[in-house]
Amino acid sequence: MAVATVTIDGMTVQVPAGTTVLDAARSIGIKIPALCYDPDLSSVGACRICVVEIEGSRNLPASCVTACTDGMVVRTDTPAVAEARKAILELLIANHPLDCMTCEKSGTCLLQKYCYEYGVSSSPFQGDRHEFAIDDDNPFYVRDMNKCILCGRCIRACEEIVGRSVLDFSYRGFNTKAGPFMDTPIRDSDCVYCGSCIAVCPVGALEEKKMIGKGRPWEVEKVRTTCPYCGTGCVFDLNVKDGRIIGVTSTDGDVNGRFLCVKGRFGYQFVQSGDRLKTPLIKKNGEFKEATWAEALNLIAGKFKETKEKYGSDAFGALSSARCSNEENYLLDKFTRAVIGTNNIDHCARL
Amino acid sequence: MTNTIGEIADADFIFACGTNTVEAHPVISYRINQALRKGAQLVVVDPRDTDLAKWANEHLRLKPGTDIALVNGMLHVIIAEDLYNKEFVANRTEGFDELKATVAKYTPEYAERITGVPAEKIRQVARAYARAPKSTILYTMGITQHTVGTHNVFSMANLAMLCGQIGRPSTGVNPLRGQNNVQGACDMGALPNVLTAYQSVTDPAAREKFGQAWHCAIGEKPGLAIGEMMTAAHHGEIRAMYIMGENPILSDPDANHVAHALEQLDFLVVQDIFLTETARYADVVLPAAAFAEKDGTFSNTERRVQRIRKAVEPPGIALPDWEIISRVATAMGYPMQYASPSAIFDEMRSVTPSYAGITYARLEERGIQWPCPNTEHPGTPILHTEKFNRGLGKFNAVEHVDPNEMPNEEFPLILDTGRRLYHYHTGTMTRKGMLNDQMPSDYLEINCKDAESFGIKDGDRVRVFSRRGSMAIRAQISEVVPQGVVFTSFHFTETPVNQLTNPKTDAIAKIPELKICAVKVEKIA
Repeated sequence: MAVATVTIDGMTVQVPAGTTVLDAARSIGIKIPALCYDPDLSSVGACRICVVEIEGSRNLPASCVTACTDGMVVRTDTPAVAEARKAILELLIANHPLDCMTCEKSGTCLLQKYCYEYGVSSSPFQGDRHEFAIDDDNPFYVRDMNKCILCGRCIRACEEIVGRSVLDFSYRGFNTKAGPFMDTPIRDSDCVYCGSCIAVCPVGALEEKKMIGKGRPWEVEKVRTTCPYCGTGCVFDLNVKDGRIIGVTSTDGDVNGRFLCVKGRFGYQFVQSGDRLKTPLIKKNGEFKEATWAEALNLIAGKFKETKEKYGSDAFGALSSARCSNEENYLLDKFTRAVIGTNNIDHCARL
Repeated sequence: MTNTIGEIADADFIFACGTNTVEAHPVISYRINQALRKGAQLVVVDPRDTDLAKWANEHLRLKPGTDIALVNGMLHVIIAEDLYNKEFVANRTEGFDELKATVAKYTPEYAERITGVPAEKIRQVARAYARAPKSTILYTMGITQHTVGTHNVFSMANLAMLCGQIGRPSTGVNPLRGQNNVQGACDMGALPNVLTAYQSVTDPAAREKFGQAWHCAIGEKPGLAIGEMMTAAHHGEIRAMYIMGENPILSDPDANHVAHALEQLDFLVVQDIFLTETARYADVVLPAAAFAEKDGTFSNTERRVQRIRKAVEPPGIALPDWEIISRVATAMGYPMQYASPSAIFDEMRSVTPSYAGITYARLEERGIQWPCPNTEHPGTPILHTEKFNRGLGKFNAVEHVDPNEMPNEEFPLILDTGRRLYHYHTGTMTRKGMLNDQMPSDYLEINCKDAESFGIKDGDRVRVFSRRGSMAIRAQISEVVPQGVVFTSFHFTETPVNQLTNPKTDAIAKIPELKICAVKVEKIA
């Protein structure tokens, strides 16, 4: 495969031909800010914050859409680059609510991060500001397009990853807005709430409705686990605060990367349902009565032994569970065959 | 799966049979989408015009229960037109002559008469599957939940082996399994005929090994499958049951029969996270921890073993299932004391060759796909690369047979059952919170022509009758189902469709024919 040797900030690196300047720089630990760029999506070069200086180039090209060529000399830290990036940030926040104190994204927002890094706290540019209505008329999402920076990541994720193409830009110029066809509320679109758009949004424009106000990112413990629904085996982070699950966020799963479906991302509420069983129950005269573990276990051990003695081991049957863990299925297998002494064990593999 | 989910994105040709991946395995459908964006061809085989079928280059809308005829037609074309992989067939398989003889009569025209799929389409799809550099087969219960379920799967394997589309990246025979740990439950021997890693109870060496490890005598007679247990309970042969995390009252066919069987028992223990429809029949209900409240492992559909981790405490005095089983065993005089799930895992892998090299430490960062025979082994993303488990891959020549219960004058429609995007299995986990807000009830999909002939309008309440039971449900006039077929899911207790379904099972795998039973539909006045 053809390789290109490029020099970035004085460091020389060899990369396969066609590698972008952004990827080449990041591969040797050089940080370049990027808002519209996402490694799982096509690159569009829309936000321009990843601009760099390239010797022989008349302007500052966007590094996410510029391919390395052999002998290329790149500088990412010149005053011209810094000035351009700062100007882009000032333009972005000229029409962006500066409500970081209550914004859910605070702490993980890329716009906030880059403004911090480039010392941008206000904008010299004054002009019209969006006053879009917030779209939250569905159980899952809150869409605040006043915070959208038009990077288009949500649009590309919906098309390139999920294959639904629910989202696109509508209107033009200052009025440009990312959203469903004909700018309808998300509820009236073909959206199935997989939340992939939320997973890639770099700012606070797309949020999980039920997580709002539940805790700051730095207060939340993230517990990496595997989804309890279909057999795909998606991995995600349970977000836990004060001993309660407050939501699910993306991590980097072997199978799913950052992407999930509606059940994986929003199907955790059953865990904390008030209907959960909290104690053993023993049926007496047709009614369930709460019991201690000791009472329940004594009764069960007695009855199982009685069945075995009176009718033989094969008068017992166990149904194990495709929802339970390997360890639990192994133990019920062992229990049925070793403790009871029958092979009558099955589960709903066929259902 | 013989292959890995991620490989689907690099396939050239995807043959998806009886799977509505977009609804039932959404994240796998993302890989199909990626493949299509790179130029792959998608052929969907399904009587229903599913969301996945809408993505297809070719949708083969066959008559329900005619998959074998369709695939035999394809095999016929591939052999007749000399498109099969002669080197693979010669070196890696046996039984080709029998296969050739069996499919000789399945000309595309003959297959068309059975399946309703035009002969020319059968030819085109067969050629494309055989010629593509990397063809992959995906299927789910549209293939398996039939009285010929095992033969349907043989057909998939015949197709892959004939064309050498197996044992390489982005090929293979890939069942997409429907539950988080259904693969693991099978791997762990929660089946009547096998111990862990499919070590048969009929194998004396396996019985000896487990007998020593577990200090017991393993019976040589395979036990009863779910449906057989229910019938045995019905007849008073099974007197006590222990049901962990299952809800057969909603999930199993002919649910009225299941209910009666559970009522007959002397003693029933149900261990679950909710008081399910099944738990109501129990004498003792034990409260279990949910997935987020315990440590452990799940094995996904591509044989990848991955960790689950405890994030929060269980409610009240509920306990993880592993701890409850240990306590029951100990109370019965068989001490089971484990410090943690990883201790159980270590014991398990000592008797389970395909899991022997997997440890909790190795799983900390990433999952591992079995077989993984030792702790240096990286795991196995692709099966059958050099040889099949039995050595040579065997062609199992199979014939088309009609489904067990065909429509007639009294029951003129076929009832097909399946899953919905927003719900899961018997709804115990998804009939809560946001998901239930989004889809609080189900509906019966009925084709507009059938609706017209039965005088049903969109949104009408109807009653669906089979030979076993009936239920009331809202009708939705839909082009998703073809004429003669109605469809709903089994997620909702208010519309318990399994009171209608046929418990007749496949003779080999004992899977019930949940995709086809004969029904009639009447508008509720």
